[in-house]
Amino acid sequence: MRQPLIQFIDVKKSFGANHVMQGVNLSIFKGETTAIIGKSGCGKSVLLKHIIGLMTQDSGNILIFGKNLASIDKKSRKLFTKKLSYMFQENALFDFLNVFDNIALPLAEKSSLKKDEIRDKVMMRMKQLEIENTGNKFPAELSGGMKKRVALARALVTDPDIVLFDEPTTGLDPVRKHAVHSMIREYQNKFGFTGVVVSHEIPEIFEISQRVAMLDNGKILFQGSPDDIVKSNIKGVASFINGKVDFRDL
Amino acid sequence: MSYFFFKNIEDLGAVTINSIQSLGRITLFFIQGFIQIFTPPFQFYKVIEHTWFIGMRSMLVIMLTGIFTGMVLGLQGYYSLVQFGAEGALGAAVALSLIRELGPVLTAIMITARAGSAMAAEIGVMRISEQIDALETMDINPIRFIFSPRIVASIISFPLLTAVFDLIGIFGGFLSGPCLMGTNPGMYIYKVKDSIVMADITGGFIKALAFAIIVTTVCCSKGFYTHLQAEGSFGAKGVSVATTTAVVNSCVLIFICDYLITYFLI
Repeated sequence: MRQPLIQFIDVKKSFGANHVMQGVNLSIFKGETTAIIGKSGCGKSVLLKHIIGLMTQDSGNILIFGKNLASIDKKSRKLFTKKLSYMFQENALFDFLNVFDNIALPLAEKSSLKKDEIRDKVMMRMKQLEIENTGNKFPAELSGGMKKRVALARALVTDPDIVLFDEPTTGLDPVRKHAVHSMIREYQNKFGFTGVVVSHEIPEIFEISQRVAMLDNGKILFQGSPDDIVKSNIKGVASFINGKVDFRDL
Repeated sequence: MSYFFFKNIEDLGAVTINSIQSLGRITLFFIQGFIQIFTPPFQFYKVIEHTWFIGMRSMLVIMLTGIFTGMVLGLQGYYSLVQFGAEGALGAAVALSLIRELGPVLTAIMITARAGSAMAAEIGVMRISEQIDALETMDINPIRFIFSPRIVASIISFPLLTAVFDLIGIFGGFLSGPCLMGTNPGMYIYKVKDSIVMADITGGFIKALAFAIIVTTVCCSKGFYTHLQAEGSFGAKGVSVATTTAVVNSCVLIFICDYLITYFLI
């Protein structure tokens, strides 16, 4: 049996009386793209933030290659965090930096690369994502799709092993949504990173992922291949992916 | 009756706990940021950038308030001193008031209004738009990235702007006294030179340095912890509350600190 790269075991998290995760069990495997789906506000982004360390669970364990994230030493944790990259839902680009500096920031601040090497790496990513003419522009001057590409370039510039995408297509038109999905698939194939994508785009997201997990009422209702979820007759799964949820259930 | 009594006690307790937590957060924020100033790689470019914003771009407003403060002091001083036939001491009155008290305090308040509010709002927006979270995911220390260059820039800018305020203010007093009211210009300049001792200037600069630390720490930390505020934690309201609180707290702390420093210096 394959060992998961990241494993959630009975993870619980509450914000006051709001119990967002009520015993989440989830496995994410190396080199695969896992899509996390579920209703708005069901805790998908909270789940992602636990992986990157922006939040900590109230109880339960998160294992990284079998090691408990909470009990590993600071150095190993830092090493793991270095392999991660996070693409935020609203991009989280720095308004006061231009596109080039936004992408270069993680390298400029945390790597020992020389200026020329950083420039070459950033330019390479910008060319790959077809944003090489926007280097001097500021985020406020870019369209939604451009901002997404800049955020993706920043997420990929450090050559991460794991990339977490928090609703990467929010606010985009259908053409651009398709473009972002193709981009994730293409770069996942090209760079071989492990992807975790939180998304509402059903069934498009199934085309770019090898695994799908559905979060509902604080628990993982389903996890498996995209083909299996389409055939699933678990109560709540079929109605959700077919968009037949009653408004009272939202 | 008893319900309202206990409710008031509960509210008082909540306010006290919040205030202590907030004070602790601000103190730790300052300590962490201050230590990071001396941790390589040094952020020279960012320090220059923020010195330009806090210092250079506040110059006009400091010069304007400085000259009018000096002119008002000159006028008020003249009408008070002339009653005792002591208008010759106008230069000393203007210079000492400015260098010891008004220069550092008014400069700090003007910088709080212009740059402090901007710092709180900018960092608050960074918090609500997840830019600070983005720094953490990139393994970049957000306090070092956001606060450390700003505190260095303030430590450089506040004393220099205070010196500009003092000089322009003394010139403003000259405009009111000798130029407008016809007092002896030579006497004004002589009294300015004669009355000021090094301790006055040092005291003024000590105050300016203390205010630099207070204003920058309060404004940056209020923006940084926008999401932890008791009222209106997130969104535009959160930023607005953080900015208002930052400016009000900074101004109140400037006056309290001014009294304490004056008490120990005299």
